[in-house]
Amino acid sequence: MSAWSAVLDVLSAVCLGAGVLLAVVAALGVLRLPDVLTRLHAAAKPQALGVVLVAVGVGLAVRTPAAVGVVTLVVVFQLVTAPVAAHMVGRAAYRTGKVRRDLLLLDELSELQGAEAPEGGVPDGCVVRGDGDEDRSDEPDDARPRA
Amino acid sequence: MSDLTTQLGVNGPTSVLVLLAGAALLVAAVCVLARAVVGPTILDRVVALDALVVVLVAAFGLHAAVTRSTATLPILVVLALVGFVGSVSVARFAAKDAQ
Repeated sequence: MSAWSAVLDVLSAVCLGAGVLLAVVAALGVLRLPDVLTRLHAAAKPQALGVVLVAVGVGLAVRTPAAVGVVTLVVVFQLVTAPVAAHMVGRAAYRTGKVRRDLLLLDELSELQGAEAPEGGVPDGCVVRGDGDEDRSDEPDDARPRA
Repeated sequence: MSDLTTQLGVNGPTSVLVLLAGAALLVAAVCVLARAVVGPTILDRVVALDALVVVLVAAFGLHAAVTRSTATLPILVVLALVGFVGSVSVARFAAKDAQ
């Protein structure tokens, strides 16, 4: 029993340490990266993996059914909500033109949603898939999806 | 407690590992708060506050694991849900203001 509890404690410490490290790396990324999308990218990693690691660490350390249940609830909520929130923030950043377009390599959204694209269009150096007017002139304007 | 965990410093609130993790979380919180203060856009602040929620979850989880108490676990649920509602509503308002 004591040996098992020691093993569980060490596993818990490893999980908690990894979660804390992930949070620190994400914080550095949020502080240092150049624009909203890259900061969002850095901040979204620990929202899923970091919270899972911390939750596993707490569950292994506390080891009661109530704690494991609550921690599972936290993980489920976080895994359901974090991608949705990140998606909405990223879409709002794109719509309001707060994306640094000189850093983009590929902009699929400007092709998908003409109504959402900022006025500047696609700058030089950005590769847009399906680029060229010959694709779009065939189809009526209504065929393109609107936001 | 067993020898292994004592050597590794897993147990006890003042052990080295716990202090290190707490210091790392403090650094993370300061970095994220600096981004939330600097901005420059409201979406940067939302992203920073989301990251701050993660740091808080890690801190409360660390406290719960070290003290082996379940008292702070409901706070984790509340943080997960409130962070989502906050960032989604701010993102909606930011998109609306631009139109």
